[in-house]
Amino acid sequence: MAKSKSAPVQISTFADHHVITQPNPLRNVLRRVAERDLDDPVARAEKALAGLSGEFKNWMAIEADRLSDAHAAILRDGFTEVTREELFRAAHDIKGDAATFGFPSAGAAAESLCRIIEHAPDLDEVPSNLIAHHINAIQAIVRERTKLDTAATAGELSKQLRGIADAFLAHANRDRPEHLEAVLAPSIAPAE
Amino acid sequence: MFRIDFNKLRFLVCDDNPHMRRILRTLLHSFGAREVYESEDGATALEMYSHYVPDIVITDWSMPIFDGLELAQMIRQPESKGNPYAPIIMLTGHSEKRRVTVARDAGVTEFLAKPISAKGLYQRILNVVANPRPFIKTKTYFGPDRRRNTTNTYIGPERRIGGEVEVLQQPSLLDKARSTI
Repeated sequence: MAKSKSAPVQISTFADHHVITQPNPLRNVLRRVAERDLDDPVARAEKALAGLSGEFKNWMAIEADRLSDAHAAILRDGFTEVTREELFRAAHDIKGDAATFGFPSAGAAAESLCRIIEHAPDLDEVPSNLIAHHINAIQAIVRERTKLDTAATAGELSKQLRGIADAFLAHANRDRPEHLEAVLAPSIAPAE
Repeated sequence: MFRIDFNKLRFLVCDDNPHMRRILRTLLHSFGAREVYESEDGATALEMYSHYVPDIVITDWSMPIFDGLELAQMIRQPESKGNPYAPIIMLTGHSEKRRVTVARDAGVTEFLAKPISAKGLYQRILNVVANPRPFIKTKTYFGPDRRRNTTNTYIGPERRIGGEVEVLQQPSLLDKARSTI
């Protein structure tokens, strides 16, 4: 662990707040080096990540199956706090992981599903096909990736699903301005 | 030019997804880190935080038991025996502006939206190591300064109220935390 010499915390007190400044406890992990000795840790990490990539398809299939299992539980038991949470968590993980694993369109479809779960006023009122189509699309994108012509189709499929989901959410939240604002707000993450 | 000695840093990674933990571990090790502790939920992470006293915490948001937001809130307790100042990097699939604001208000130091990239992670770590922000304590907030840009001319409703400045010298809370280990 980075160790630093003991130094007092300086507290400046104002009318409604304190500003607490302590000497940088991590300053001793910064080292000045000559430019010729500077390696590229990012390139090293990207290379290491590429070394893992052989496992990505299998990992993605595991994540997609987890999503299908969560959906099966909902078809069996209906939306409960537990089944809703597991469906959201599975979709949310795919939203975050899929692009790293090489399946950006699956991530986009999962994001659309997350938005439905998060912003639909009543999940029991969501057309069951809308949720099922998202899950089937994600499975298809993951299973059919080896075919050369699927990337464009996968992108188009995700885009269409997102459009339908957004139209549904905009209509369902027309009297709920807080949700409507969240549905219409742009993501801070760069687009695919 | 500056380089981070990652082998002097201790990381705590908290994510319920084993694949994401594996990716994070791979990235941190390839940066040069040797000490990377992992937890799959917020409660275990809090225990590990007290036990291992990491220099930097990297946490997901959505997790079972209690989530990354609650973990940040529990770390940012100014009166706690542990170190309330450790940098917290929130790595999450949530990418809405509202979420960033909520994370910021929980005391998160840096926010990194998934999908993860080596460059994005390195830049966040470099920022917390090289450019730590002072901490602000108000009645409702304790955490890194939420304002990255200072402007003395700001007169909006959220301006801080100034007044006579009183400078107090106190023993380092970090030292206090270390002495209890």
